[in-house]
Amino acid sequence: MTQETNIRPNLSLAERAYRIRRHALRMGEVQGQGYIAQALGVADVLAVSYFHALTYRPGEPEWEGRDRFLLSIGHYAIALYAALIEAGVLPEDELETYGGDDSRLPMSGMAAYTPGMEITGGSLGQGLSIAVGMALALKRKASKAYVYCLFSDGELDEGAVWEAAMSAGSHKLDNLIGVVDVNNMQADGPSKGVLNFEPLGPKFEAFGWNVERVDGNDIDALVRAFDAARHGAAPGPRIVICDTKMAKGVPFLEARERNHFLRVEAEEWTLALAALDAGRQI
Amino acid sequence: MIRDKYQRPALLSQAPGPTRLKTSAMIASIAGADQPTRAAPFGHALVELAKTRADIVGLTADLSKYTDLHIFAKAYPDRFYQMGMAEQLLMGAAAGMAREGFTPFVTTYAVFATRRAYDFICMAIAEERLPVKIVCALPGLTTGYGPSHQATEDLAIFRGMPNLTIIDPCDALDIEQATPAIASHPGPVYMRLLRGNVPMVLDRYDYRFEIGKAKLLRDGDSALVISSGLMTMRALEAADMLAAQGVSVAVLHNPTIKPLDEATILAQAGRAGRPVFVAENHSAIGGLGEAVAALLMRKGVYNRFRQIALPDEFLDAGALPTLHDRYGLSAAAVAKTIRETTG
Repeated sequence: MTQETNIRPNLSLAERAYRIRRHALRMGEVQGQGYIAQALGVADVLAVSYFHALTYRPGEPEWEGRDRFLLSIGHYAIALYAALIEAGVLPEDELETYGGDDSRLPMSGMAAYTPGMEITGGSLGQGLSIAVGMALALKRKASKAYVYCLFSDGELDEGAVWEAAMSAGSHKLDNLIGVVDVNNMQADGPSKGVLNFEPLGPKFEAFGWNVERVDGNDIDALVRAFDAARHGAAPGPRIVICDTKMAKGVPFLEARERNHFLRVEAEEWTLALAALDAGRQI
Repeated sequence: MIRDKYQRPALLSQAPGPTRLKTSAMIASIAGADQPTRAAPFGHALVELAKTRADIVGLTADLSKYTDLHIFAKAYPDRFYQMGMAEQLLMGAAAGMAREGFTPFVTTYAVFATRRAYDFICMAIAEERLPVKIVCALPGLTTGYGPSHQATEDLAIFRGMPNLTIIDPCDALDIEQATPAIASHPGPVYMRLLRGNVPMVLDRYDYRFEIGKAKLLRDGDSALVISSGLMTMRALEAADMLAAQGVSVAVLHNPTIKPLDEATILAQAGRAGRPVFVAENHSAIGGLGEAVAALLMRKGVYNRFRQIALPDEFLDAGALPTLHDRYGLSAAAVAKTIRETTG
């Protein structure tokens, strides 16, 4: 754990992931619907990012020495808000404002609204290009900070992702760590059916990246992959490809076939929280 | 395109006539034969500025030589970033560098910045008011290469983008003065660029570039021309021609397309009985002409109004002087339009 200050420092990463899921479900309940399945799926990746890998100061989100964490997938904002609440960057009581008028937690993440939200994502496929510029800039400043960029398998459809991938390899950006959430679901259905992006690891390797591919819901595997990304001696950018399960941790939502944008009935939120609690690892 | 599909031209061998001009280089010089010029005014101005501004970096998408950024790259190789022929990446990376405190000058051709990278400029740069300076060669009709390189609608595309300041400089002096001005401006800027040997015209007038200011270069009673970019030099030339015929033409140079200097334009265009012409190196749709027309309508100024602009068409390929004549941008064509309207 490398963050400089931290509330409740002794919680396990599994407990962090559980709590991130719980925050996300509570925000989902405010709206009655949303990108809940993605948040539940990526919670372990965010727990390992914010409580193992990243260097940051919760009370000083623009601290110059921080690692930058870019959310390219703007609609995953609900997941990042949950992680930022757990990390102490955002106060927990703002959960209830999620997606409401004048909230600092809009449904699609925007840099000007939310402490800890580095960029305005949402127009998919832009994050990795911005990450390339930030990584070049950090090298110019002789900064030791890393740029993390979380993007999704759906974003791999966008040509600009590959412009950025080629550029990061060409500029040998060893301070750039891409994190891809492969949950195999996008707006029109399973990602591989929308536009097949496999074999994904070899593609990034061919572009000059150091590739780790792991079960994105296996915390130990994620820790190993993030450590390899941060501490590896090889030149070039690094990518952690995370195969995740949509709605992970709430079995009856995992089972829904079309869960890109979940509509959950009012009485089901209590059931979802109960299902999550039942699976909590203590 | 005016020509019919596959229309075969008359062959010189069969129909000898006047010398036919050639398309020439990608970026044909717009300078007249005896016109004083300055070489690469943008590149040299940026090098000068970078001496005192360590935050300035240069990025391009494989077009440094054709946007005069190579001058900067040579002077400051470690502050120059070659991003490859990838305009979306170019704009996204510039946004990332601006987020980290740098002031990126980003160059490509106007067609590629507008048509390929719009969403990146919009969401990664403009929405967050990042200080990225987008400087693009081949604005409007400044190449004979045809529609792939003729950015005849760049102003129409960019005028709708909130937070973006848009500059259309006239000549080398304008570019030299606009370069530090846009660097000091807090938000994103799009500047249309004339590169290579660029005519020097405005040094003969009491003129200084200021963002957001239109400047009256010469006064006259018969007509008012409001112009931007290279059309200001054409308007000045046309005004000289018409003066010899007893027609006195005022020229208001308006290099800031957005935000518009409404006060100065209204003060000049409101003079009763003096017809208003808006001359621009751009399609008649969505550029300075329509911006001025909307302003005059809003404020109830109803003088005679006419646009001097490119047609709403994909334009022909060919030699630039031929095309400027054909589409009404040459000084002679401008003078003719004014003459016809003022009677």
